[in-house]
Amino acid sequence: MNRFLDRFFHLSTLSIALLTLLVTGAIFGVLLDEAKPAMDALGLSFLIDTKWAPNLEKFGALPAIVGSILSTALAMFIAVPLAIGVSIFLSEISPQIFKTPVGVSIELLAAIPSVVYGMWGLFYFVPIIRDLFGGLGIGLLTAGIVLAIMILPFMAAVTRDAMNTTPDILKESAYALGGTKWDVVKDVVIPYAKAGIIGAAILALGRAIGETMAVTFVMGNVHKIPSLITDPATSIPVALANEFTEADGALYFSSLFYLALVLFVISFVIIAFAKYAFLNRGKRAVS
Amino acid sequence: MTHTEKRILTNKIVMVLSTLSAAIGIAFLLWILSVLVINGIEAINWNIFIYEGAPPGYEQSGLKHALIGQLLLVGIATLIGVPLGIFGGTYLSEYGGLKSRLANVIRDVSDIMMSAPSIVIGSFVYAIFVAPMGNFSGWAGIIALTIIMVPVILRTTDDMLQLVPSTLREAAFALGAPKYKVILQVVIRGAKTGILTGVLLGVARVSGETAPLLFTSFNDNFLNTDLSQPIASLTVTMFNYATSPYEDWQKLGWAAAFILSMFILGLNILGRLILIKRKRK
Repeated sequence: MNRFLDRFFHLSTLSIALLTLLVTGAIFGVLLDEAKPAMDALGLSFLIDTKWAPNLEKFGALPAIVGSILSTALAMFIAVPLAIGVSIFLSEISPQIFKTPVGVSIELLAAIPSVVYGMWGLFYFVPIIRDLFGGLGIGLLTAGIVLAIMILPFMAAVTRDAMNTTPDILKESAYALGGTKWDVVKDVVIPYAKAGIIGAAILALGRAIGETMAVTFVMGNVHKIPSLITDPATSIPVALANEFTEADGALYFSSLFYLALVLFVISFVIIAFAKYAFLNRGKRAVS
Repeated sequence: MTHTEKRILTNKIVMVLSTLSAAIGIAFLLWILSVLVINGIEAINWNIFIYEGAPPGYEQSGLKHALIGQLLLVGIATLIGVPLGIFGGTYLSEYGGLKSRLANVIRDVSDIMMSAPSIVIGSFVYAIFVAPMGNFSGWAGIIALTIIMVPVILRTTDDMLQLVPSTLREAAFALGAPKYKVILQVVIRGAKTGILTGVLLGVARVSGETAPLLFTSFNDNFLNTDLSQPIASLTVTMFNYATSPYEDWQKLGWAAAFILSMFILGLNILGRLILIKRKRK
């Protein structure tokens, strides 16, 4: 009886664990299958065609792909220095009494749903951009900044954790040699935590590129490659969120699945790369 | 300027810059938090819990439909996702271990799935469930949320079970207990606070998800508890109301944002307190 229960328990937990692989495989398979009509009809030119006109049955994904890349790049450009600044402040500069409250509030902010960041962006940030730069206030620039603010807490928390792993004895030795704080940060802390910092940035990149709600409010969903940074644009997740429930026609649907597949592959590759290349496989942090 | 003076100056500049960037980052985050709290508290009243959605301009409109819908979606996803996550994690730690190739592949894939774009999971569920059934439904939303929740709980359970000292397992084996009993009655029990934290984090994670619900559970402006039909959630309601041009709907959107954020922050704080308490023991 016990032997039977043992086998039963072993096999059932095994099959549940295998379910994860099955679902991931199924996501790939189903997206591929659904995207097949669009792939057959449009091929790889889908990825470089700039015209997205559902009424004419023309589907080119380049504006969405470019929008994704530009908004993510802008977000990283803003968030990376800020996150590193915040973590240097938290791990080296801040007086002890600030460390815990500031650190904990940053971690908690990372848990606030992204749709809230989007609402804040729409109601409070869009008017500011509109007043500063004219136009609608909705567009690439706003989306990039809102994305940056959204990934900042996550990135700062992971970067700070990486910096905090530097052994005190290394830092103390550097100080004993007469190093200034910056010397210690630049020559001891950052080199020690380098892999963790780069890994955090790439994970944040993966989040930003797949983020839907924070940018859907403020990007505009215009399928055109923006010529100005303040122009409305679109990105893959924004196009999916706006058009999925409206799509009519098999090719339209299939093209949206093609977009979803492109997004899934891009973020899968980015995250896998960050994990393998930079994040220690032995010390698996819950991210 | 001597070399030393130069170094001291550089040091000062960098210290000022990083304090400044910390100040900018924290100012933005405080801004968002204060916007959320001020708008939320202003918009909250009893009507929200009593009334369902109504056309704009109606005094008697509330979020009852979205609150109940949200509880149903997240609650049932939790009931399905928690056992799957815990038993999957149990396999990784107790049968797989750190050297098993299969277990490591499952670990890597779940890590990746934890960060995968949630809108892609929404479109996947649309293809396998909504399209064949012919309509949006609560169950589709629940499936999407479960897919997002399981990897989080699975990985935390795995990590937490590995922290249980192997001497405990050996002691139980020495008493003649079969492996499944050792796992259920000794290992899982020993790690139960850690597992609970994982569950709380997993629930918090899916509670804030909007994108995977947009085209699975869709939305409904009225109270519905039939899971085979479209059903409202706080997040999608928030999205629809906030993008509407009506001021009273936007206000309800802020109320929804406030309630949901407080719930998620509460779960996170609870999880943290449990961990701190365990460390003290």
